[in-house]
Amino acid sequence: MSENHKIIEIEVLRYNPESDDEPHLEVYKVPFSDDMSVLQGAQYIKDNFDGSLTFRWSCRMAICGSCGMMINGIPKLSCETFLRDYYPSRIRIEAMANFPIEKDLVVDLSGFIEKLESIQPYIIAKEPRTLEQGEYLQTPEEFNRYIQFTSCINCTLCYAACPQFGLNPDFIGPAAIALLHRYNMDSRDGAAAQRMELVASEEGVFNCSAVGYCSEVCPKHVDPANAVNINKTNAAKDYFLRFLSPKGGSK
Amino acid sequence: MMKAGLKRSNAPIFWGLFGAGGMLSALFGPVLVFITGIAVPLGLLLPKGAMSYPKMQAFAQNFIGKSFIFAVIALFLWFAAHRIFHSLHEIGIHAGLGAKLICYGSAFASTVIAAYVLLVLGF
Ligand code: SF4
Ligand code: FES
Repeated sequence: MSENHKIIEIEVLRYNPESDDEPHLEVYKVPFSDDMSVLQGAQYIKDNFDGSLTFRWSCRMAICGSCGMMINGIPKLSCETFLRDYYPSRIRIEAMANFPIEKDLVVDLSGFIEKLESIQPYIIAKEPRTLEQGEYLQTPEEFNRYIQFTSCINCTLCYAACPQFGLNPDFIGPAAIALLHRYNMDSRDGAAAQRMELVASEEGVFNCSAVGYCSEVCPKHVDPANAVNINKTNAAKDYFLRFLSPKGGSK
Repeated sequence: MMKAGLKRSNAPIFWGLFGAGGMLSALFGPVLVFITGIAVPLGLLLPKGAMSYPKMQAFAQNFIGKSFIFAVIALFLWFAAHRIFHSLHEIGIHAGLGAKLICYGSAFASTVIAAYVLLVLGF
C-alpha cells in the first residue's frame, strides 16, 4: 500500500463460540483506496491483522448473495458497498441482524434453508405433458408476471431488515414468500392451492405488519413486501371463500 | 416438502376489519375531525345548527345515517385496536393474550354498545 492511502477505522463485531460468552466489538485501522469495498476491508483485516476473522463471500459482484452484513446498522451486501462512502467516519460491520451468529460475521442460515424448502420452490405442473406433447409454452405476458420474483439471490438481507422476523423466527419471511409467489404466478404451475396452507398459516403472511423495509434493502429489486401483501389478500380471500370452493388445499 | 402441523391463522378477520377501518378512516377521518371538532364549534363554513340535536337525531334514526355512524365507530375502533396491538408488539411489549383481549376486546365492546345505542334510538 502506498503512503497516500487513507486510513479508515473499521469496527467489527467479533464472536468466537469456543472462547467468547458474547459478541464484542474490535476496531482495526485499515488503509484503503477509493475502489475498495467493505468486503475488501474485511479481507484486509483477515490478511494483515487477524487471520481468524470469519465472513462469507464468493462472487464479489453482487450475484452470489453470500456477503451480507450489517454496515452501520443497515443490511447490505459488503461487496457492493464502498469504504470511501463512509470515510472519514468509522464504519461498523456486524453479523446480519435477526439470525443466530455462528462465528464473527457468519450467521446460521439453516432456518432460512428449511423455509425455502417448505414453499415447494419448483414448478408443480398444472397439466403434466408427455414428451410427445412437447414443451410448456408461455407468452411474454405470462413470463412478465413472475420474472421479477426470480431475481432473488437468497442474500437474506430482507430477513435482517424485517422486525417481524426478528420477533418471530418462525415467520416464513420476505424472500421465501417472494419465491413462493414466483411459482404461484407461473402459468405452468398449478400448486397455489397447496402452498396456500403455508401462506395462510400462523407462520404465514399475517406476521407481516407492512413495514416495507425488506423491499428497501433488497439489492435485486425483488420487492418481497409486494409479494407478501398480494398473498395477504389471497389468504384473506381463501379464508372467507374456502367454503364456497372445495378445491383449496388448506383446512 | 410441506411442513406438517400447520395451523390456519385467524388473522384475516382482524386484518379485514383493520383494512376496512383503515380505508374508511383515511377517507372520512380528517373531514370528520374538521366538521365535528373545528367547523361546527367555531361556526365556520357550515350553516348554524348543522349539528343540532334534532338534526343529529334524525340522522341517527335514518337507516343510512345509522349505518354510517355504526361503520365509522366500529371500523375505526377495529382499525385502532389492530394498529395498537401490533405497535405494542413492535416496541417489544409482547403482552400476548392480555394485550389482545384489551385491544380487540375494547373494539368489540364498543361495537356492541354502538349497535345497541343506535338500535335503541329507533327508526
Ligand atoms: S428478496 Fe432481495 S433481500 Fe431478500 S433474499 Fe432475495 S435478493 Fe436478498
Ligand atoms: S460476494 Fe457475492 S454478493 Fe457479495
